[in-house]
Amino acid sequence: MIVRISHEGQYELADGSVAALDELDHQAVRACEAGDEDKFHTAFGRLLEFVRTNGRPVDADHLGGSDLILPPPDVSLEEASKEFTAEGFIPE
Amino acid sequence: MPGLSGRMSTVVKAKISKLLDRAEDPGETLEYSYQKQIEQLQNVKKGIADVATSKKRLQLQSDKLEQSIVKLDTQARQALAAGNEELARTALERKNVAQSELQSLDGQIKELQAQQDQLTQSEQNLRTKIEQFRSKKEIIKAQYSAAEAQVRISEAATGVGEEMADVGLAMQRAVDKTENMKARADAVSELEAAGTFEDLTAIGPGEDDIDRQLKALSTTSEVDSELAKMKAELGSGTPSAGELGAGSGPEPAAESGPAQGES
Repeated sequence: MIVRISHEGQYELADGSVAALDELDHQAVRACEAGDEDKFHTAFGRLLEFVRTNGRPVDADHLGGSDLILPPPDVSLEEASKEFTAEGFIPE
Repeated sequence: MPGLSGRMSTVVKAKISKLLDRAEDPGETLEYSYQKQIEQLQNVKKGIADVATSKKRLQLQSDKLEQSIVKLDTQARQALAAGNEELARTALERKNVAQSELQSLDGQIKELQAQQDQLTQSEQNLRTKIEQFRSKKEIIKAQYSAAEAQVRISEAATGVGEEMADVGLAMQRAVDKTENMKARADAVSELEAAGTFEDLTAIGPGEDDIDRQLKALSTTSEVDSELAKMKAELGSGTPSAGELGAGSGPEPAAESGPAQGES
C-alpha cells in the first residue's frame, strides 16, 4: 500500500500495516476531537513516524496514486479538526 | 480509513475526478491534464517567488530593528551617565519592545525559509512527475485503444493529480501564513504611525525624541554645573537665624536686608 504524507511524499508500506495505521490514526482523531493540542501532536507524530520508519520512500517519477493521504506534518489542531472540504482547504 | 487520512483522501480524489471528468476523449484528457499540470507548475514558481519576497521584507525590518536596539542601548548609557535615570529607563523600555519584536520577526523568517525550501522540493517533485507524464502520454496515445487508454490515463493522471493537489494545499497554507504575517507587520506599522515605536525605526541623520532630550539634558547639566561653581565662589553655607552681618549674598534679601541695615 502507498501512503502519502502531505507536503512530504509517498511511502510504500506492507499491506499488513493498515491495522496499526488505523489504530494510530484513531488516537490522533480522538485527541483532535477532544481538543487536546499536546495529545494530538504526540499521536499524530507517532503516526508519521510509523510511516517513515516502516515505509520506503517512493521514487519521484512514480505516477500512481496513494491508498491513504495524511495531513502535512505541521498541521495545526485547528486545521485537523476542520472538515477538509474541497472548497475550504484546497484551492481550486 | 475514516480518520485524518480519510478526510484528506476525499478532498484529493474529488479534485482529481473533477480534472478527469472534463473530457471524454482519451487524447483530449491527456492534453488537458498536461496543460493543467504545466499551469500548476507556473503557480508553484510564482508562489515560491512570493514567499521569497515576504521573507526579504521581514529581513529588512529585522535589520532595522537590530540597528535600533544598538542605538537605544547607547542612548540609555548616555542618559544614565548624565544622571537622567528616567530617560535611560525610557530608552531601555523601547529597546525591550524592539527586542521582543525582533525575536518574533526572526521566528517568522525561519518559518518562511522552511516553507520556501519545502515548496522548492515540491516543485522539483512535481516537475519530475510531469516529465514522466509527458512521455507516458505519448506512449498511451500511440499504443493503446481508447478503452485501454482510459484506464492507463486514469492511473497516470491520478499520480500527478495527487501531487498537484498536495502542492496546491502547500501553496495555500504558505499564502495563508504570509497573509497572517503581513497583517501583523501592518499592525506594527500602525503602532509606528501612532508614535509608539517612532524612534525604534529612525535611522540615519534624523534626530529623534531621545536625541533631543539628551541634548536638552546636556544643556541643563551645563547650567547646573555653572550654578554650582557660582555658589562655591560666593562662599559656602547659609546664615542661620539670628546670625547677622555675615553677608551671605543672595539668600533672604527681602527680609534680612532691613535688619542688616539697622545693625
